[in-house]
Amino acid sequence: MFNAIELSPLLLTLKVAGLAAFAALVAGTALAYALSRKGFPGRDWLDAFLTLPVVLPPTVLGYYIIVVVGRNGFIGRWLERYLGVSLMFTWQGAVVAASIVSLPMVIKSARAAFEGVPQDFENAARTLGQSETSVFFRVTLPLAWRGILAGVMLAFARAMGEFGATLMVAGDLPGRTQTLSLAIYDAVQAGSDTLSMQLVIFTSAICMVMLVFSGKLLRTEY
Amino acid sequence: MTARVGIKKTMTSGSRRFNLDVSFSSRSCYTILSGPSGSGKSLTLRCIAGIETPDSGRIEIGRRVLFDSEGRVNVPVRERRIGYLFQDYALFPHLSVADNVGFGLKKLFKPLSMADRGKVSELLEIFGLGEMAESLPRDLSGGQKQRVALARSLVNNPSVLLLDEPFSALDHSLREKMRAELKAVQARFNIPVILISHEPADIRAFEGDIVEYSGKGAVHKNSGSGIKLFSAEGYSPEASCRKIQS
Repeated sequence: MFNAIELSPLLLTLKVAGLAAFAALVAGTALAYALSRKGFPGRDWLDAFLTLPVVLPPTVLGYYIIVVVGRNGFIGRWLERYLGVSLMFTWQGAVVAASIVSLPMVIKSARAAFEGVPQDFENAARTLGQSETSVFFRVTLPLAWRGILAGVMLAFARAMGEFGATLMVAGDLPGRTQTLSLAIYDAVQAGSDTLSMQLVIFTSAICMVMLVFSGKLLRTEY
Repeated sequence: MTARVGIKKTMTSGSRRFNLDVSFSSRSCYTILSGPSGSGKSLTLRCIAGIETPDSGRIEIGRRVLFDSEGRVNVPVRERRIGYLFQDYALFPHLSVADNVGFGLKKLFKPLSMADRGKVSELLEIFGLGEMAESLPRDLSGGQKQRVALARSLVNNPSVLLLDEPFSALDHSLREKMRAELKAVQARFNIPVILISHEPADIRAFEGDIVEYSGKGAVHKNSGSGIKLFSAEGYSPEASCRKIQS
């Protein structure tokens, strides 16, 4: 059913979404923990800022990413000068776009999971002589990991479907930066109904599976 | 045993202000904090444990100063060596009975040593929990949960045991039994106990110093008086708890 050319957007999408979900897991868990446990000035503003990718038009997001990591962006210029690389029109650029778009999924989920861990469980661990690191890894994380993982699956599904920001940052280069959602767009534009149908059904199926498993994870265990 | 507590703390939520102003000292095996709910008894216990930080004052257990606002002493919770029994026990729901009891002995990412495992099974035996060592807390009855929580809190040889309304979650028939068990535990481990209760039955059962909390607790902004305090030092001098003097 799939020949080599049709397979490349699929593999690329899995790679991009997988790496983006992983980046969102690491950054999102840390940010969610800080948001749920530490009262610091500007917390509400940070929360709002991190939620922006949910509501902003993808083009606006893509624009911001270009401003930051583009050839003239302050990170982009640094990357070019010291590492000799540019993220523009590369699949790594697509990972950056997908990470930022999917980060709020992990943050929302993980924050709810952390806030669902009763503080007295953590206090009990402290009275039993445990350091904060130990409390986190022995109490907080084991009680919150399902919520975090559910968020990561949503993040993966969201990263798979990313279109607008990816198009602006990484372009739509077949075989190099063309992900599933971009391939679907091209297939529809070119009038290849069979191909677009295949890709659409495939994408829907993966997202469906992700949502079902994410829902299963959120059912309370204790 | 000497426990000296003299602390002040103001809590605000919205327009309501709550002033805790309590001081007492006790030398007996049992110190009972008694009074209406919302008068700051739990807050006092949490301050002794270090879960909450008083605004000012001093907390001394045995010869150890745990908190002193003037001397800028504030020993972190994990170094206070305090056994704390939470009102709903706060057993770790993801860990078995044995892992709950051994929690304070285990280091992060390391298995329990043989000696520590022996200590856990000894505690399980003492509390009659040997058969349910592998059960999860959700499968235990109220009395069993309390035994697990007690065993867990004693595993690190704490210098004082703090109990937040230990019998309120149990039905009446069980209370009498658990009171007797607590007494046996106190005698066996020779550990001073500070407990919260408004039950006259508890006050009768545990002869000791009584700290009476009064007032509605939540005092409005300009109404003046905080919580009155009554020290009842030396109420039962015949009882002595040596443990705390170390």
